[in-house]
Amino acid sequence: MAEAPQQQQQQQQQQQQQEEEEEEEQLSSVEETEADEESEEEAKESVHTTPTRPLLSMRSMSTVDPDDDSPNMIVYRKIEDIVTLIQDEEEGVPIRTVKSFMTKIPSVVTGTDIVQWLMKNLAIEDPAEAMHIGSLIAAQGYFFPISDHVLSLKDDGTFYRFQAPYFWPSNCWEPENTDYAIYLCKRTMQNKTRLELADYEAENLARLQRAFARKWEFIYMQAEAQVKIDRKKDKTERKILDSQERAFWDVHRPVPGCVNTTEMDIRKCRRMKNPLRVKKSVYGLVEEGTQSQSPIHTPSHHCRKGTKEDVEKEILFLNTQIDRHRMKMSKVAESLISYTDQYMDYDQFVTAQEPANPWTSDDPSLWELEASKEPSQQRVKKWGFSLEEALKDPAGQELFLKFLESEFSSENLRFWLAVQDMKRRPQQDVAQRAEDIWAEFLAEGAPSSINLDSHSYERTSQNLKDPGRYSYEDAQDHIYKLMKSDSYTRFLRSNVYQDLLTAKKKPETEQGRRTSLEKFTRSVGKSLTGKRLTGLMQSS
Amino acid sequence: MGEMEELRKEMENLKDQITAARKTFQDSTLQEAAAGVTVVGRVQLKTRKTLRGHLAKIYAMHWGTDSTLCVSASQDGKLIVWDTITTNKVNAIPLKSSWVMTCAYAPSGNLVACGGLDNMCSIYNLKGKDGNVKVMRELAAHTGYLSCCRFLSDTEIITSSGDCTCVLWDIETGTQKTVFAGHQGDAMSLGVSPDFKYFISGACDFTAKLWDIREAECRQTFGGHESDINAIGFFPNGNAVITGSDDATCKLYDLRADQELLTYQDSSIMCGVTSLASSKSGRLLLAGHDDFNVNIWDMLKAERVGVLAGHDNRVSCIGVSSDGMACCTGSWDSFLKIWN
Repeated sequence: MAEAPQQQQQQQQQQQQQEEEEEEEQLSSVEETEADEESEEEAKESVHTTPTRPLLSMRSMSTVDPDDDSPNMIVYRKIEDIVTLIQDEEEGVPIRTVKSFMTKIPSVVTGTDIVQWLMKNLAIEDPAEAMHIGSLIAAQGYFFPISDHVLSLKDDGTFYRFQAPYFWPSNCWEPENTDYAIYLCKRTMQNKTRLELADYEAENLARLQRAFARKWEFIYMQAEAQVKIDRKKDKTERKILDSQERAFWDVHRPVPGCVNTTEMDIRKCRRMKNPLRVKKSVYGLVEEGTQSQSPIHTPSHHCRKGTKEDVEKEILFLNTQIDRHRMKMSKVAESLISYTDQYMDYDQFVTAQEPANPWTSDDPSLWELEASKEPSQQRVKKWGFSLEEALKDPAGQELFLKFLESEFSSENLRFWLAVQDMKRRPQQDVAQRAEDIWAEFLAEGAPSSINLDSHSYERTSQNLKDPGRYSYEDAQDHIYKLMKSDSYTRFLRSNVYQDLLTAKKKPETEQGRRTSLEKFTRSVGKSLTGKRLTGLMQSS
Repeated sequence: MGEMEELRKEMENLKDQITAARKTFQDSTLQEAAAGVTVVGRVQLKTRKTLRGHLAKIYAMHWGTDSTLCVSASQDGKLIVWDTITTNKVNAIPLKSSWVMTCAYAPSGNLVACGGLDNMCSIYNLKGKDGNVKVMRELAAHTGYLSCCRFLSDTEIITSSGDCTCVLWDIETGTQKTVFAGHQGDAMSLGVSPDFKYFISGACDFTAKLWDIREAECRQTFGGHESDINAIGFFPNGNAVITGSDDATCKLYDLRADQELLTYQDSSIMCGVTSLASSKSGRLLLAGHDDFNVNIWDMLKAERVGVLAGHDNRVSCIGVSSDGMACCTGSWDSFLKIWN
């Protein structure tokens, strides 16, 4: 199965994938695994050409299948673009062999080098952000610390090595526990301190031995076979491959407490290509019998592709959209800007609110103020923003109602409120409520007769033949518009509103001042010592 | 097959016409118009509370209307109602199915809802007579997972599903009142307009749709994203829509201009957006990502003004309380954090 060395790494990897698929169809054999490992090495040895495409474009040079648009693949593509470039001989980081304590550490680069490269090539100014991206790439296993199972990036002299494309997450590995067992088993066979099992790995091995008690002989044999193959390799290559293999398992069987980055959002799982994928083995084994299906991999209905009906419906819809009314961008922009401007003072994340933030001061007075029947000036000011705001606040609604009563025109608001209430009632109550509303507001000689134009009146009485939640929608809209343009504007100019807004009424103002002084000293007192507080009280 | 091709051609032609029509209204951009607006400056929110209690990934959270209570759903099979000030658990509701993906708090505060791989939306009454929280209704009809649900009132709820549809339910009778079909991919998220007359949905067909609840029709469709839309919400004034996608960007679409106003993206943000929320004034956009962070954007200038880094795993849900005083994030690390 040995292939002649290729020149393009991309082609090589595709070939690798092809080989892997072919292997699955054939019987498992040690020779297959051997060939696999050979081509893996070849892939690493070949020099790949400098890419010409811009970094992080959507069209990536990664070998991820461009038709696979699952969320993880999208990220892998982006990462692989970076990882390919960072290893480039000319443009990448300096990957070299480091001599240390009578041994040589092949093919490593320092954490600082990686961070510096990221900052320079991704145009990042903040080292923390470069660390964040670097950690993300490390967590996925694309590069790893040579002396640690925890896959994170440190901005110092710690040595890192790059992962072999064979082990890249984009190859959709979902290694079985049998593979993991073989791996841990073979580690115990090779008498090397650097391959000693960590505590959690020893525990895992013990668990697997119990779980696979019946087929342990098979696993042991496979492990022995792997060791035999490994022994044939060059010492340096062996070091590199061992570390890459370990990093692979650190991704798929992470250290307890570390995030398992292979976890997928269950909503996206079933849309992945080949959701019932034949799980390929890292060591070339063919799995007999799959595990019980997890809910994640049950093939629910397939995604609806556009049927003829769908396209026809879409065409109908699009036709309605061509000449729809649109507003100019400048106008809508203006409207958005003025809205944010108006509410900025009420936005805690932009402007610190008074009184103090309840989550820091443990002082709920902010909410007490909001809920109180005596609204603050700020709250009253908001009622002037729109009719919606005035009605949203119970105190605002009450004041508006009072004002309307003074003008003998409260029936409009009362009608509007009654319909709002009716819309929230249980279905069985709706019909009755609709009739009651008709009797109160619209019938001949109704006690609170509202003024509806004849058109809306006709429509509404038609609707009431089959009363439902939306029977009064037209009427409600009409009355709302009326209130907005007429009564509401007069309300804002009225004495009752203006007095509250400017806090003219003396008794209320004094009380207001006293309360806010109390609250001020309370909050100040919390942050000062007793002595200083007394000092403050004395001086005022 | 020739007919299908003809139809597709016609469809593409219409889409081009609409794009051209939209272009004629582009006399400016939001960024240009906002050039003169005062800069917001660096936004630094701190974690004020950490809500501990879930034992597995948190998939969803929703604030109640009173600004201190919120509900969260986790794959440990529990729905928890929290008092965010004291961090006490007001209710811990065990679920029949642990594969829960969404939860919602009714505006009245009386009910909560949740659903997931069981394809159902379960409604729970928090204010039952004997104090026990029980299932009030199980709304079953979807043929795909329940991705999102939002109450209109104690009597009506809207759900979105992996079966590509959204449904308006009558809770009393447990029946479907309206089915909103049209998406060509899993409907992932929905948001209700401030006036409760419309709702928006984001789907895996990369589009967002505006639906008229009463007329049971799709009013507008917005495209532009290059991958699944996972999160969607209204701008506070109800005239614009914000979306978050697996393509790692968020977009702002205006309903009256019928087109995209802005894209929020940065080449150093590689991971998909899972959730989003806007601050009270709409000036800030908070977006939760798969890379464990929340990015804060100035919505008018499309500049990143802050980052919330406090979770040890994906941020799966985010919400700003109704009075805008605090933001809550939920994560696969099983914790919820309150920030401001």
